[in-house]
Amino acid sequence: MNQPSFSERLPRISFERRLTAPWWLAWVIPIASVTLALLTGALIIASQGVNPWEAYKAMFMGAFGSGFGMAETLVKAIPLMLAGLGVSIAFRMKLWNIGAEGQLWMGAWAAAGVGLYLYPAWHLPPWLAITLMMLAAMLAGGLWGAIPGLLKGVLQVNEIITSLMLNYVAISWVLYFVDILWRDPGGLGFPNTALLDRAIWLPKLTWIPFLPPGNRVHFGLIIAIVAAVILWFLLNRTKWGYEVRVIGENPEAARHAGMPIVRNIILVMIVSGALAGLAGMAEMSGVAHRLQRGLSPGYGYTAIIVAWLAKLNPFGVLLVAVLFGGLLVAGDQIQLTMNLPRSISDILQGLILFFVLGGEIFSRYRIRIR
Amino acid sequence: MNTAVLITILATSVAAGAPVIYATVGEIFAERSGILNLGVEGMMLMGAVTGFIVAVKTGNPWAGVMAGMLAGGLLSLIHAFLTITLHADQVVSGLALTIFGAGLSSFVGQNYVGVQGPQFAPIHIPVLTDLPVLGPLLFNYDVLVYLSILLVPLAAYFIHHTRPGLHLRAVGEDPTTADVMGVSVARTRYIYTFVGGLLAGLGGAALSLAYTPGWTEGMSGGRGWIAIALVIFAFWEPWRAMVGAYLFGGVQALQFNLQAVGITIPTYYLNMLPYLFTILVLVFATGERMKRHLGAPAALGIPYIRGER
Repeated sequence: MNQPSFSERLPRISFERRLTAPWWLAWVIPIASVTLALLTGALIIASQGVNPWEAYKAMFMGAFGSGFGMAETLVKAIPLMLAGLGVSIAFRMKLWNIGAEGQLWMGAWAAAGVGLYLYPAWHLPPWLAITLMMLAAMLAGGLWGAIPGLLKGVLQVNEIITSLMLNYVAISWVLYFVDILWRDPGGLGFPNTALLDRAIWLPKLTWIPFLPPGNRVHFGLIIAIVAAVILWFLLNRTKWGYEVRVIGENPEAARHAGMPIVRNIILVMIVSGALAGLAGMAEMSGVAHRLQRGLSPGYGYTAIIVAWLAKLNPFGVLLVAVLFGGLLVAGDQIQLTMNLPRSISDILQGLILFFVLGGEIFSRYRIRIR
Repeated sequence: MNTAVLITILATSVAAGAPVIYATVGEIFAERSGILNLGVEGMMLMGAVTGFIVAVKTGNPWAGVMAGMLAGGLLSLIHAFLTITLHADQVVSGLALTIFGAGLSSFVGQNYVGVQGPQFAPIHIPVLTDLPVLGPLLFNYDVLVYLSILLVPLAAYFIHHTRPGLHLRAVGEDPTTADVMGVSVARTRYIYTFVGGLLAGLGGAALSLAYTPGWTEGMSGGRGWIAIALVIFAFWEPWRAMVGAYLFGGVQALQFNLQAVGITIPTYYLNMLPYLFTILVLVFATGERMKRHLGAPAALGIPYIRGER
């Protein structure tokens, strides 16, 4: 091949790996990335004949501009926090668990079973019933996560696809119960189960200052914060956490050090699924108070973005989850007030991820154009 | 089981397999060049909605096919830019593409749900279509099904017996050597990621214009992910991809026809079949790969930076 190649005819772009990045890059890049994502989103909004500035203002005010909006943002953040924590620990080990959605549904299903049937049948005290609901949700989510974990650990089957396929299976499974087996005969034709007894709803956090009375923020927030603390401790202060980090960063070294890789793959997937299951329980018992269609508007998928943007840091997950909870509330808000489809929030999620992903290169490499 | 039902099931398998063949062969091209694109589902959805809208506006389903392909291709260029030029993580970029594509498709398609549009009907070939058994089995499909069948040998020939096909494989297996030999790694990867996008878009358009005419949100129903699984099942070979797509089509056909045979299973369980089938196929294929030491393209998922290994 004698002719000059395509790349030789273009200005040569070369990448030099940075050894240190200037301190301001860590701030400038994410801010620039999100700004660019919002500008691109503005074009898409404008294409529908809506003033993007007005739309963004309405979105921001809807999610963060009032006490009630803030409360709703927190409500939506709770499942994102829990599922995001679950996804983040799997990602730590380079296990691409994108099955959080299905694990969340299985958790909600198991918790609903305990709340609707075991609780009245066994005359359980409410605190015990709530505890059992949490355990059942973690068990169901954990087992659902264990399937791709086992397949990956033992047979090296690609966990991305198996975990995602199981989402469809889980939702179909749960809908069978919602629509038929557990359907509330008094539901006026709506496919959902009966309401849980009020005593086993996750309690509302009425004591949070600044939030208006009657808001829906519930105990799941505390569960999520505690889960983040425990996860941080496990990852950074225990031998197991050390193994997980080493296996994720350098599997070859982990193998030489004799770390139990297969066992940890399965274990991490169980923990990951259990946290997502807990997210389903919190949403079911804390917000919907029953099992119903549309219980999750894709929390499990948004959780993937949350975990990634938080750089897999448990406390980062809590923070980013609030921002993305706000984005979901904002989407609902402009659907109501400006007649824009709520899918604009999915579009923005994708765009933010694109730009942050693209922006990362500037912190890892110095780019020269000759 | 009587012959009529069997013929229906087989014919439905072929029709249901067509959109999946397009998406799978497209992903084979991208992965052969070393680029894993998990955005197939998003590209299919954008292909489906764009194809449908353009077909409705122009009244011409072929214009829809072109537009659907272009939509898939354009989306794939985002992934190409992020992963090839900016060396971003291919898994995360692909996931972002799926989320973005799903959101954008439901955004632009909001006014087209339930709208009637032009569609590709089965072609009636005089004499042949009217043959007993063979007619409905071989000569009663729409043009996109025939094209999908044609695509398979063409793709296989291209990959294994042409010079650009050799370059494609070289870039996916050993980009450093390909680069030294004067094959531009970046250009090759851009081209085949784009080809993958075009074909995923075509697969989407085949859904909204032929297999299940019309637009509904999320209508690809995981087919993009199933295509990615079938690439593994196919060991990156178009012929095996065709087999996989028809097996998937067969499961779908069973799902719709079990009732006709008198077997009553709740539809909720039947709806799980394609996904459980995909998992099963993947387990089986992974086992066989391990046994026969068949590998993915060696450089799959690894960014190429000249002078860095």
